[in-house]
Amino acid sequence: MTRSADRVVYLDNAATSPASADVIQGMVSALTKTFGNPSSRHCLGLLAEKAVRGARASVAQRFDVPPRQVLFTSGGTEALALAIWGIAKRHKRTGQVLVSAVEHAAVLKTVEMVKRLGHEVVTVPVCPGGWVEPSAIQRAMTDRTFLVCVMHVNNEIGIEQPVAAIAQTVKRHSPRCSVLVDTIQSFGVLDTSLGLLGADFAVASAHKLHGPKGVGALAMRSNVQLEGLWGGGSQEQGIRPGTENVPAIVGFGIAAKAGRGDAEQLKMACHTLVQPLIEAVSGAYVVGDAARLAPHIVAVAVPGRRSAVVVNALSDLGICVSSGSACSGRRSERSHVLEALGIPREHGVIRLSPSRFHTSDELQQAASVIAETTAGL
Amino acid sequence: MPQRAPTQEALVVLRHGETFIKGANRREFERVLRNNIQRAIAPLGPSNIRGGQGRFYVNVSGDGQLRALERLRRVFGISSVSPAIETMPDVDAIAASAVAALRELVSRQRVRSFKVETKRSDKRFPYTSPEVSRDVGAAIVKALDLPVDLHTPQVMVGVEIGMRCTFVFVERVAGAGGLPVGSTGHVALLLSGGIDSPVAGWLAQKRGCSLRAIYFHAPPHTSQRAQDKVEQLARCLAPQQGGLQLHVVRFTAIQEQIRDHAPANMLVVLYRRTMMRIAELIAAAHGCPVLVTGESLGQVASQTLENMVCIQDATRLPILRPLLSYDKQETIRLARHIGTFDVSIEPYDDCCSLFVPKHPSTRVQPKRAQRAEARLDLAAQIEAAARDAQLVEI
Repeated sequence: MTRSADRVVYLDNAATSPASADVIQGMVSALTKTFGNPSSRHCLGLLAEKAVRGARASVAQRFDVPPRQVLFTSGGTEALALAIWGIAKRHKRTGQVLVSAVEHAAVLKTVEMVKRLGHEVVTVPVCPGGWVEPSAIQRAMTDRTFLVCVMHVNNEIGIEQPVAAIAQTVKRHSPRCSVLVDTIQSFGVLDTSLGLLGADFAVASAHKLHGPKGVGALAMRSNVQLEGLWGGGSQEQGIRPGTENVPAIVGFGIAAKAGRGDAEQLKMACHTLVQPLIEAVSGAYVVGDAARLAPHIVAVAVPGRRSAVVVNALSDLGICVSSGSACSGRRSERSHVLEALGIPREHGVIRLSPSRFHTSDELQQAASVIAETTAGL
Repeated sequence: MPQRAPTQEALVVLRHGETFIKGANRREFERVLRNNIQRAIAPLGPSNIRGGQGRFYVNVSGDGQLRALERLRRVFGISSVSPAIETMPDVDAIAASAVAALRELVSRQRVRSFKVETKRSDKRFPYTSPEVSRDVGAAIVKALDLPVDLHTPQVMVGVEIGMRCTFVFVERVAGAGGLPVGSTGHVALLLSGGIDSPVAGWLAQKRGCSLRAIYFHAPPHTSQRAQDKVEQLARCLAPQQGGLQLHVVRFTAIQEQIRDHAPANMLVVLYRRTMMRIAELIAAAHGCPVLVTGESLGQVASQTLENMVCIQDATRLPILRPLLSYDKQETIRLARHIGTFDVSIEPYDDCCSLFVPKHPSTRVQPKRAQRAEARLDLAAQIEAAARDAQLVEI
């Protein structure tokens, strides 16, 4: 039976998250009151323009860049594509792109497509802990490398990559090589300042932090020029033309200001969920290097259980968890991230990603149901 | 559409398939077919259906002719369909309608030659068929200057002068064939999320059977999406019969018990035997004298002749297998044709693909299966599974 949405414990916020009340309120106002087109000269156009400006400032603040260096897009995937295609097209000679083996499909599939321009793509493996060693990047780099893509927090296993050290390595080797950091999962939880990360580009998606779906952002260092993916008006500096999705952008602004939640609180929530499961299921373990785990996403391997079966069983009991990336969770193929880490196929993997909205009672109850159910399968 | 004189009316002519030759049962077949036609075009608004002499005539309002045609050519029991113009039983009126119909065709495609063929079943009409053909042909030549070819015409202009209806047509498209759904009986289809079983159900419908579907759901091993997919497949079959009842059987406990206590190489055959027993109970409760499956000879290990015999051994009801002699590619072609293929290839497991051993036996003897089942003692669970099946109205 399909359960009604208000009776579930939702622990899959890395896939998407419920919009917060403030976001909804702001969006309703943008849909009904400040609904003008920001390009219109009249007062409603001006109000909409101001609303977009405010949202841009709050997103830019999370990236620690001036608002002008943030472009709104239709989501994280588009922001990544805009950066990758933009950089690749700008690079006139054929060159090399480096990507980590655990990047999101939005990066992996897009870099595959830029091969059409004659560029070479090299995948850099991760260590058993799930992260890319800067030395591995250094070894892979050549004089032709013009773009390195590395994610800040992995969406499937929650491992934080040593992005700053990687960026440093890259710049030392080749100061003109661009570093693109996928900060979709870390935005609003960890520090995503472009300067701190050493990134030339970083991206965010509103729906991962209680904002709406259908809006994302690309943040850029001041001195970069990008070519857009299509032509049109002068919106978003002409790089991403099209009437701005004002309600979603307003929602994104509010969500960015509030963030995904307090890191300590989220870490505690993950701990509450994981501990009983590890104790109940013989041989269960946290995937990846625990010392590098981000506070809000954790993946647990459960030997002898199929991920999909655990997810189905918990879903029937009103608990939503995931068996990996939501973007590939409906397919039965093994995740490339778990393959890269060498997790055996017989070990099912459950991803837990709580939000700031749970009570501790709710978490504890969910934790014991997860542990008992998984152990019983 | 061409402008028509007030005496002309858009008509769809349906020619019966095999129902015409069914002797004493003809009346019943025609009644079922008329209902099915009515149901197929009901969403298009009010219409008038008349029948007679191996034909149904459907008058459609406004510009509904093409849409009616699209719907009616999928109704089983109809061999061919023609968009037509109904006209007065008068040679001039017939000729004017023929010219209008052909002019409309010429506007869409090149017409190299034509011939007029007249059928006059209303013998009160004062002219013979050859006379009508000649006059109508002359009118067409005069109006459209098209060449006549009596031997190999590219377009056949049909004129039918009947007791109930006089009409003209220039096109004839193939109908779905078969027999009207509901005219030969009610059957229980074992429907999974795969490619084959929906096609088997469609073929049973083609031979006049109305379906009742049974799906075996094994949560949490199969997800809710797997059930949604089966419901979607059932939705593809339902329009042929104006709705379909789907029984969702919870199979988890039974399947796990078989998996845990029966020899691994016999598992699939034992699952299938148990499914047949549950299906038999549901079928019996709803007046279905046979079961229908999507099995095809030799396609997988459970579908060898020996294993089919072993599976049949579990039920007193005959198991019909419309796809028995089909190659996979033939089945896929049909699945695409009926619109189930894209749904079937959505990647959700069904319970037949669960707990499948690496080396299943291709020759399970009924006696061996019976011995294995005797140790399992599933009778009560089988009854409960049939009784507690969830009924979904599609």
